[in-house]
Amino acid sequence: MPMPLLRVEHLRKEFGAVVAVDGVTLDADGGEVVALVGDNGAGKSTVVNCLAGVYPPTSGRILLDGAAVQFPHPLEARRQGIEAVFQDLALAELQPVYMNMFLGRELVRGPLRRLDREAMSAETQRLLDNLDVRIDSPRKTIRDLSGGQRQAVAIARAVHWAQRLVLMDEPTASLGVAETQRVEELIRRLRDRGTAILLVSHSLDQVFRLADRICVLRRGKQVEIRTAAQTTGEEIAAMITGLL
Amino acid sequence: MVTRLREVEPRRFVVYAAFLLIFVFFAATLHDDGFLSHTNLLNIVRQTTPITVMAVAVVFVLSAGEIDLSLGAVVALSALVTADVMQSHSAVLAIAAGLGVGIGVGVVNGLFVTVLVLPSFLVTLASMGVITGLARSVTDLQAVAVENQRFVDVFGSGNVGPIPSLAFWALGAVALGHFVFRHRRFGAHVVAVGDNARAARAAGIRVDRVHLAVFILSGASAALAAILYTGRLQGASYTLGEQDLLTVIAAVVIGGTRLFGGEGSVIGALVGSLLMGMLTNGLILWGLTSSGQLIAQGALLLLAISLTLRGQRGR
Repeated sequence: MPMPLLRVEHLRKEFGAVVAVDGVTLDADGGEVVALVGDNGAGKSTVVNCLAGVYPPTSGRILLDGAAVQFPHPLEARRQGIEAVFQDLALAELQPVYMNMFLGRELVRGPLRRLDREAMSAETQRLLDNLDVRIDSPRKTIRDLSGGQRQAVAIARAVHWAQRLVLMDEPTASLGVAETQRVEELIRRLRDRGTAILLVSHSLDQVFRLADRICVLRRGKQVEIRTAAQTTGEEIAAMITGLL
Repeated sequence: MVTRLREVEPRRFVVYAAFLLIFVFFAATLHDDGFLSHTNLLNIVRQTTPITVMAVAVVFVLSAGEIDLSLGAVVALSALVTADVMQSHSAVLAIAAGLGVGIGVGVVNGLFVTVLVLPSFLVTLASMGVITGLARSVTDLQAVAVENQRFVDVFGSGNVGPIPSLAFWALGAVALGHFVFRHRRFGAHVVAVGDNARAARAAGIRVDRVHLAVFILSGASAALAAILYTGRLQGASYTLGEQDLLTVIAAVVIGGTRLFGGEGSVIGALVGSLLMGMLTNGLILWGLTSSGQLIAQGALLLLAISLTLRGQRGR
């Protein structure tokens, strides 16, 4: 049996005496959306941060296409084709859209390695057009955009750079209904491209709209993984709260 | 070009407008006192150079969301060390020692901020105290003279044709600073870190390295300013740089750099520093005593900062 794109084995993360995550084991394949659900403090964001290289797991293994990987730094996770869209919108607000798109990976040209602002701007425009994201100009500053536009920029950035896996931590938490729909459409398009997606969401409706499989966490421990088609919202809700 | 203009915030224009306004005002009122004379204008450039050099570095520091209050103290210590070493050793060694002091202080400041995760305001406030004390004790409050004519020519009162050598140091610092700030990845990382350090870290930028780098840059700029003072005044004393911290930060902030990080302008800082120099010069020509100058400068600073900073705190 071929190895899945992402396999997480017995992931454990301690912060001092606090065990934030203990024994999470899950697979995600290309073209698949796996949802992570659970109450506040269940450890969802911790799992995402471990996979994004923000902090190293205390123990457990992360395998990409069957090979064990370690991320001492977020850069390493990105090199392995993993991108994250964070809950708190990891965007630099006073910088233009194109700078955020290329943050940490700016394009340069010439022997003096000058920033190639024209190329970054043009590439950003092309990307936003592709994803049908409407922003006046890639040179606009992030703080001049709406919440939905900002999230679209964060997702477009992930789409642009992700080779294998996109981690999404509450991508629609701060958005209105119409904006949420657009972001969900973006997620579907990303999935259809063959990228694996790990989605953290509080909205079970959204999870059932998007996810192929659902992983339930409670107090850092993995309760269950269910195929979305074979379970119900009531059942998942019961598992989240510990009634089941 | 249009897009370029759009990128420039209207606030940036304040410094250019103020510069022109004050220039015209002094030119009109001080015409008979020689404000516009060749010598006087070159004097402004000469006196402003150390401020400009430090202002360039402070653009990086403030844009990264940090502050370096030890700047003026480093000027005094660096200048005294340079002058003292030159008494018995070569100028090259003396310059290296002076720069070493600045870079060393920058490294220490930077390590406290990054490794111990302390606010730079407190770290540099404390190091300012230590360095001021060191500067006073290193020669027991004695001034130290410099007699090396070559050193004085290069770093102080020399001229290349009609242009003072100091102007080249100022222009060099501004050109290099502007290029790195605006056109290199490092500059983009500095503003990104000052804008949103967490986002920068998540984007793979080595935030600690950026912080360390801006403090080293700041210390080195204070040391270079100290060497330029020592060259121009042909000696060093513990009072050098005493008033500079406020002047430098004012020049930088008036020049359009955001006090809270995320945005800056090296060219604006140059204009801001020339503006401050012109103010001092005009007030002297007006016949204000040094205490009168301080009062007028402080009041004008407050006015300028109120005009430019208003609304900067909230995004």
